[in-house]
Amino acid sequence: MPDNLLTVTGLRKVYDSSTGSVEAIGDITFRMDAGELVCIVGPSGCGKTTLLKCISGLLKPTSGSVELRGRPVTSPPPNMALVFQEYGRSLYPWLTVRGNVELPLKHKYPSRSERGRLVEDALRAVGLDHAAASYPWQLSGGMQQRVAIARAVAYQPEVLIMDEPFAAVDAQTRADLEDLVRALHRERGMSILFVTHDIDESVYLGERVVVLSKSPTWVQEDVHVDLPDDRDQITTRALPRFTALRTHVYEQIQRAKRGEAVRPPAPVA
Amino acid sequence: MTTSSGAVARSRPRHRTWQRLVGGAGFALGLPVVLLLVWGIWASFAVSPFFPSPLVIGDAFVSTWVGPSFLQDVLPSLARLAVGAALSILLGVVLGTVIGLVRWLGDLLEPLLEFLRAIPPPVLIPIVAVLLGPTDAMKITVIVAGSLWPVLLNTIDGVRATDAVMTETARSFSLTRTERLRYLVLPAASPRIMTGVRQALSIALILMVISEMFFSSSGLGYRIVYFQRNYLIDQMWGGIVLLGLIGVLLAVVFSLVERRVLRWYHGTKEVARA
Amino acid sequence: MQPSALAPAAVARASTPAPSSSSSPRRGRGRRRAARRAGLGALGIVLFVGVWQLVPTAGLLDGRYFPPPTAVLPRLATDLGDLEFWRNIRRTMSTWAIGLVVATSAATVLATVIGLVPFLRSATHTTVEFLRPIPSVALIPLCVLVFGIQPQAALVIIVFASFWQVFVQVLYGVADVDSVARDTARSFGLGRWSRVRHLVLPTALPYLMTGVRLAAAVALILAITAEMFIGNPGLGRALIFAQSAGDYPQVYALVIATGLLGLGVNLVFRLVERRALSWHQSVRGEEVP
Repeated sequence: MPDNLLTVTGLRKVYDSSTGSVEAIGDITFRMDAGELVCIVGPSGCGKTTLLKCISGLLKPTSGSVELRGRPVTSPPPNMALVFQEYGRSLYPWLTVRGNVELPLKHKYPSRSERGRLVEDALRAVGLDHAAASYPWQLSGGMQQRVAIARAVAYQPEVLIMDEPFAAVDAQTRADLEDLVRALHRERGMSILFVTHDIDESVYLGERVVVLSKSPTWVQEDVHVDLPDDRDQITTRALPRFTALRTHVYEQIQRAKRGEAVRPPAPVA
Repeated sequence: MTTSSGAVARSRPRHRTWQRLVGGAGFALGLPVVLLLVWGIWASFAVSPFFPSPLVIGDAFVSTWVGPSFLQDVLPSLARLAVGAALSILLGVVLGTVIGLVRWLGDLLEPLLEFLRAIPPPVLIPIVAVLLGPTDAMKITVIVAGSLWPVLLNTIDGVRATDAVMTETARSFSLTRTERLRYLVLPAASPRIMTGVRQALSIALILMVISEMFFSSSGLGYRIVYFQRNYLIDQMWGGIVLLGLIGVLLAVVFSLVERRVLRWYHGTKEVARA
Repeated sequence: MQPSALAPAAVARASTPAPSSSSSPRRGRGRRRAARRAGLGALGIVLFVGVWQLVPTAGLLDGRYFPPPTAVLPRLATDLGDLEFWRNIRRTMSTWAIGLVVATSAATVLATVIGLVPFLRSATHTTVEFLRPIPSVALIPLCVLVFGIQPQAALVIIVFASFWQVFVQVLYGVADVDSVARDTARSFGLGRWSRVRHLVLPTALPYLMTGVRLAAAVALILAITAEMFIGNPGLGRALIFAQSAGDYPQVYALVIATGLLGLGVNLVFRLVERRALSWHQSVRGEEVP
């Protein structure tokens, strides 16, 4: 029974400038159900970040709408959490790890013990319960991003949005973090919208991969990833089906880059 | 994956620690001792009435300032300095935050503030002195009128330069206005605010001294000028030394506070440099 | 530890001073905004003058001691046509310039030498930390005794105050020389002097410029302070004379003149500093407090 969580309809974003207006997003329509892990992938410069900012209510779309649980998003909704790519700038260096995770909870949960419990739980979930008293800048990049994830987890959002969160960490850390995201999805049933430019990552993580065209952006294809739910860096990536899906998405991206794909008259749902 | 290597204290063999302590003390005290000795020897050979030997100054220092005149002249001066500096910092941070956050207000006031800051603060002394008379209020007003600007302008700059991603983070987690101010805007601006406070403190001290020297009948500055006019050279030197000590004390207190408030800032700088 | 984790953040922060202006090219809007800013800024000054006019007219402060702009601004205009006014500016500015040059050259040479020799650096540290916070105005009575009202008295105070600004910055700058670059220079057999010339001085130059900008402002403050309270001729003494004569429009006109002078000094040196920084941005971290 699909439980509709997020609906993006006819989203369009045009930036005005002196040299004329730039259409960053042409027409994006897709939906996401509760409990899903959807990856959005597209060629570089296709407006992924713009799309996310519109979805999260940080940016006003030129036209079209974003609805979360049937309610239109006009400002950042309280049941949504974001993980940014720039962990170094999204964590506050003057707060400890605990302070960072606790901060968004302050007005949501007035009880200190309740907050403490949520913080402990989130830090344990990302494997950082030993570092609660450290400052973010004392940690490695991968650990900083774990703190940002813990902050989002503790916030208990209905949907977690991640904007290329692992683009700035090294490959091994990245694999660990990908498994962390899978685990949060599987064990806690979190709905996650994950934006990336990495095709492998999108197929490995997602249950669906939404392939974006180049700018002005529209949804070129919505790929269903029929890999087993139990995924593993070694065995899953070695599956023939994984390779096939990856190749498929890769070809779609290449077509998108060359601008070969033809925009369909009606959006695919 | 390890936690901070900065948190790990390295232990050293004890005798080497001692050696370093002794060496450090040698470096710390060596030059001042040498300079004082040279001065003392020079003063006992050359007969310059204006440069008594350090021992004479030390005597005069103790006999002048240790005792009731500490309560009479020094404490009131320090109190005025403290009140003036505290008011400047408070006003500067509050106004600076408002001006920094409200863009049109900033645009409206910026050229004016640039001009007001450029006025050499001591020229305000005759103006305030004639309006308020030789009162405590006059001295405090002079201090505030001079040392407000560095705090104010640095706060405006610091508040405006709040990082875009940090601001978006606060918005995306729907932080309330007070929370944003308390946990984002003010801490983010604190390195700049502290830069302003440091400048404000040195200006405040200068203004305290001059306003007392020339428009007062009490206080540390007044006493020093009194000694000078009466050719009490040793006592005058004692006063200068006391002012120097107050300056050093202020600097030490400031750097202790700064190191505490900006621990995170120095930490990030160190990591970035490593 | 990942140094790269913070470095991009610092760079990005430095290049985007306004939080929201990074998303798209907006040159046309930028120009409109600049015009709006200039307009609002001018309005701010007009409003200030308006309030200033109201305060004595409404009787909030005594108009004799707090003259309105209608009395002060014409007086300033008259001053601008007065030769003695310009002579005073010349006197003030020449004391200022001599003091600044002496302080800058002494501080640059001393700080470079001390910064390059670790022994000297540790040996002078406490002395510097003790002398630096001493308020230079404390020396006014002593200078009056030794020099009377000669310009030397003012110079001692100016040099003492502005010396430390340059000295500390150059010391930072010399310490900032990249160790890899220094080892490279050494491995190529560059001598001590050419290392100083081609490596140390270029690295320290932006710091020097920051120091000189700070020193220029401090030197002007003390040049005028000295004239006011020691009595060597210049704008400061003219201000005190006007005050003892009860000529308050003139006092305020001179205050504005000193403000404009300060503004000019700030603008010129900020421009010079930006010039020096623009081709040295890469060797320098964020602002040194």
